[in-house]
Amino acid sequence: MYKGQSGMWSWLFHRVSGLAILLFLFIHIVDISLLGFGPQVYDEGIAFFDTIIVRLLSLALIAAVLYHALNGVRIMFIDFWRKGVYYQKPMFAGVMAITIVAFIVFCFFVIGPVIPGVAAWFVQPLAKLH
Amino acid sequence: MRMSTGFGPRPAGGGFETFSWYFFRVSGVVLIFMVIIHLIIMHASNDVSCTTYQFVAARYANPFWRLYDWVLLTLALTHGVNGLRIVIDDYVHSRGWRLTLLSAAGLLLLAFFMLGTITLITFHAPATNLGPACLGH
Repeated sequence: MYKGQSGMWSWLFHRVSGLAILLFLFIHIVDISLLGFGPQVYDEGIAFFDTIIVRLLSLALIAAVLYHALNGVRIMFIDFWRKGVYYQKPMFAGVMAITIVAFIVFCFFVIGPVIPGVAAWFVQPLAKLH
Repeated sequence: MRMSTGFGPRPAGGGFETFSWYFFRVSGVVLIFMVIIHLIIMHASNDVSCTTYQFVAARYANPFWRLYDWVLLTLALTHGVNGLRIVIDDYVHSRGWRLTLLSAAGLLLLAFFMLGTITLITFHAPATNLGPACLGH
């Protein structure tokens, strides 16, 4: 396999994240169209978002969106800024750093609400032993 | 590739590819703001499981949010499917498959754009359902 450097990986992640976001978008348009079936059907669909697996998938989506957007900004700096090409590697480091930090922040919002439930799920078998 | 008077190589041919190059960047900038606001409203200002029918009805009572969501839908779909077109261009070279897959991409764009637009236009909450933004669960 061709061992590229950060430029190749940044391109690859941009492509993969873009396709993943597009796939999510198709699913999202369908789930929002459930609005047409009234409150019961729509709210049941939304209750699905409470499940831990969907929350983890949402986090993956958030990571993809963050990276794709930040790297997109980096691409525009490369295209429109005189010194963009010169700084492409440090910009990539910045993109990864901001992506990871913002991702951690979003973790609190998305996983935070279910931590008590998840913790209880771990403790439950021990409680049953007593 | 002809160099423009600016700072980097531009696809200066002037056809659809040039338009596509600029479209990615312009729509991308607009999408950055619109998507971040969308994510904050849905995930951060309240938990996503609170985005019930009531929540949507309260937002869509104001036509601004319907328009906002529609612009977000249009820009995201075109930005994304244009990207899909380029991915197909990169990996698919036989004429038969190119016709098939590029047509499929165009159909996906049309179908999902229609579904999203219809949802946004026809959403009509009965007056009795307009209650608090989050019912709690």
